[in-house]
Amino acid sequence: MDVAAILPLLDSTLRLATPLLLACLAGLFSERSGIFDIGLEGKMLISAFFSAATAAITGSVWLGLMAGVAGALAFSLIHGLASITFRGNQLISGVAINFLASGLTVLIAQDWFSSGGRTPALAGPARFSAIDLPFADALRDVPVLGPIYHDLVSGHTILVYVALLAVPVTWYVLFRTRYGLRLRAVGENPAAVDTAGISVTGLRYSAVLICGLLTGLAGAYLATGLNAGFGREMTAGRGYIALAALIFAKWRPWYALMATLLFGLLEAVAIRYQTVDLLGVTIPGPFMQALPYILTVVILAGFVGRAIPPRAGGAPYVKER
Amino acid sequence: MTGTSRTGRPEVAPSPEAGAPPAIELRGISKAFGKVQANKNISIRVMPGTIHGIIGENGAGKSTLMSILYGFYRADAGEIWIDGTRTDIPDSQAAIRAGIGMVFQHFKLVENFTVLENVVLGAEDGMLLRPSLAKARRILKQLSEEYELNVDPDAKIEDIGVGAQQRVEILKALYRNARILILDEPTGVLTPSEADHLFRILDGLRREGKTIILITHKLREIMEATDTVSVMRRGEMTATVKTSETSPEQLAELMVGRKVLLRVEKSPARPGPVVLEVRDLRVTDEKGVERLKGVSLDVRAGEILGIAGVAGNGQSELLDVLGGIMPATGTVRMNGEEIDLTGRRSDGQTRRAQGICHVPEDRQRRGLIMQFTAWENVAFGYQRDPGYNRGPLMDNDALRRDTEGKMQRFDVRPANCWLEARSFSGGNQQKIVLAREIERNPDLLLVGQPTRGVDIGAIEFIHQQIVNLRDAGKAILLVSVELDEILGLSDRVAVMFDGRIMGERDASATDERELGLLMAGMSGEGSPGPVDGAPGRGPLEQPA
Repeated sequence: MDVAAILPLLDSTLRLATPLLLACLAGLFSERSGIFDIGLEGKMLISAFFSAATAAITGSVWLGLMAGVAGALAFSLIHGLASITFRGNQLISGVAINFLASGLTVLIAQDWFSSGGRTPALAGPARFSAIDLPFADALRDVPVLGPIYHDLVSGHTILVYVALLAVPVTWYVLFRTRYGLRLRAVGENPAAVDTAGISVTGLRYSAVLICGLLTGLAGAYLATGLNAGFGREMTAGRGYIALAALIFAKWRPWYALMATLLFGLLEAVAIRYQTVDLLGVTIPGPFMQALPYILTVVILAGFVGRAIPPRAGGAPYVKER
Repeated sequence: MTGTSRTGRPEVAPSPEAGAPPAIELRGISKAFGKVQANKNISIRVMPGTIHGIIGENGAGKSTLMSILYGFYRADAGEIWIDGTRTDIPDSQAAIRAGIGMVFQHFKLVENFTVLENVVLGAEDGMLLRPSLAKARRILKQLSEEYELNVDPDAKIEDIGVGAQQRVEILKALYRNARILILDEPTGVLTPSEADHLFRILDGLRREGKTIILITHKLREIMEATDTVSVMRRGEMTATVKTSETSPEQLAELMVGRKVLLRVEKSPARPGPVVLEVRDLRVTDEKGVERLKGVSLDVRAGEILGIAGVAGNGQSELLDVLGGIMPATGTVRMNGEEIDLTGRRSDGQTRRAQGICHVPEDRQRRGLIMQFTAWENVAFGYQRDPGYNRGPLMDNDALRRDTEGKMQRFDVRPANCWLEARSFSGGNQQKIVLAREIERNPDLLLVGQPTRGVDIGAIEFIHQQIVNLRDAGKAILLVSVELDEILGLSDRVAVMFDGRIMGERDASATDERELGLLMAGMSGEGSPGPVDGAPGRGPLEQPA
């Protein structure tokens, strides 16, 4: 593997990590507030579909983005209603959302576009296009830094930059603001928040809605940035991988960036190198493609240190008598 | 309820006999949960600058009343007046605004936050944290100097002792400018010296003009700390009296509705041969923490050995090991015969055959199955007895007949063996467990927290049953966090701290002060000096 091959690899790592990062941060907000969310997958999928469908129909990617986010927000509200208002089981609600999204997207896609559960291929203004950062071309010939800036940093769609920017913003909100303090508190001990005179329900709904917004961005990016249209089950387990990354990251924003970049890199390697020769042994392509999922299982099985989830996570809040 | 009268101007309470209006006045408060009337037409006046005790048995409605005052529940009827102004308290935020602070029995703290963050939570000054935290740090320093409320603002809650956690709760209330402080059973988890510290703090607050409501079931605390005391019984306020003009006996009678024996009536023990011999008992839990660090003790026939200590210092593990629930290393002899502590013959059934019966600390989780009927619960441990079996089938009729008999002998009310365990009151649940274990006629009875959550009337009965068993020549190992109970019931007292026995005393030759020092981990032989500096870092874990 030579140096020239590394930049494109990292470039595609960044693009592949973006939906994971957005979904991971989405899960971070929800779970920090004490609402477990395995419905990240379903919300990404519904957003991917509505963004692609709306973009295909209207020809505007921005309208598509809005439709995608709206879809994810609606599903978030369902999850909130089930797990906060009606104090249902958060895992079951999440699973239900995943099934619902999986079935609904294909059904509507078939009804609207009659092409096997796909949307038409998107092009031009119906897709997010790459943004060239200022001076990217001018600095191209500067040794080392030039190519990095031009090939790696510049030339992504807006959502990639939004995702990267969301990391410090999340960190700041979580650890430097009043809202963050309350959010972290409600995931640890909602009774403390309640007796302090703050609405547990309100806080948790706000977190669930932020989760919806971010999964909406993730799904829209998947269908209109990374790909050119919606295909059935196109999230391909990315919601679960984001959950694994969240545990790996111990519910911290900067670690979430690192974890999702690692998953992105594995995915990029699998796409770029169908087979890899390592020390004379040929590693078959399917194995490479399975790597992110294998890593997910390893992480979820708890092989990577002890991750302590928010203490009140998964439990509906009931005032004690 | 509305904040203002129909005429639109704020109503002002008619001034009471002298001077300032009551800090709190409740008028005709009623609250029902389904069919249960938790509060019935309760009226009470709490004068400013006083410590007002509210005493009553479990389920008398004390906590419900205070929850209404703190905005957790809304009263079905009645009015709340604060400082002479009618006030509507729909939620905790409104209570805080009205100057009410509450210290709950189970602390409402975020374990992995610092003291400072916990104090600031919900009372931040703006969107950003940094200025709020800086201001809180300043105010905390002032408050802690003023009222002996010393805690490290940067320590995490999970790293500080229970006493310090309680001080954080008080600081939280004061930081929100509370003028009225409600404390719900504040001494349940404290050592005697920590409790003394708490009462000094409360006294200081009273001198600054704060009003304090102290909810407790401990008569001694009421007598020592309060100016006025109100008694509640079955949802009603039965009396409000000046503390100086009443006596524990009178209060107990008001609480229960009949005369109660506060002291346990018992003759001196006549100890026989050693029944239980424990040597160098050690237990390490699944996290690798050593819970018992070489415990040795003897219990003789015809005596009650009381184990005192703050919850979480190894008493529970000791009971579990002896009861056959937890494996351990060391030697335990029962009537001279060594018993298996780890192997296949280490279980409750074998222990019972060896003459050890166990009344566990947590009766709702370990003593009973709450959804099972009384007779099914009484059958546990007897399921293989020949008297209750007919071939491969159980003789349920015989079981039910015997259960009815046990329930009558132990005064379980109602004596209906078909009722589910959860439909009995705490005291009657405990009587069911006691009946099952005592009527097995054990040589050694292990009893954990026999009267936790049990009302005074039933306490008297339960204590009497334990003493009767002793007088029948049986050995009893009693674990309790209530020092009064330990001192009243035991013949000898051993104090546990941090998995060790700190010392043993004759119950008649010791007092709370001496035991309190031992409970705080100070050996009795050393300095009997001031206890103010007693470390609060005793318990290995907090009680759940």
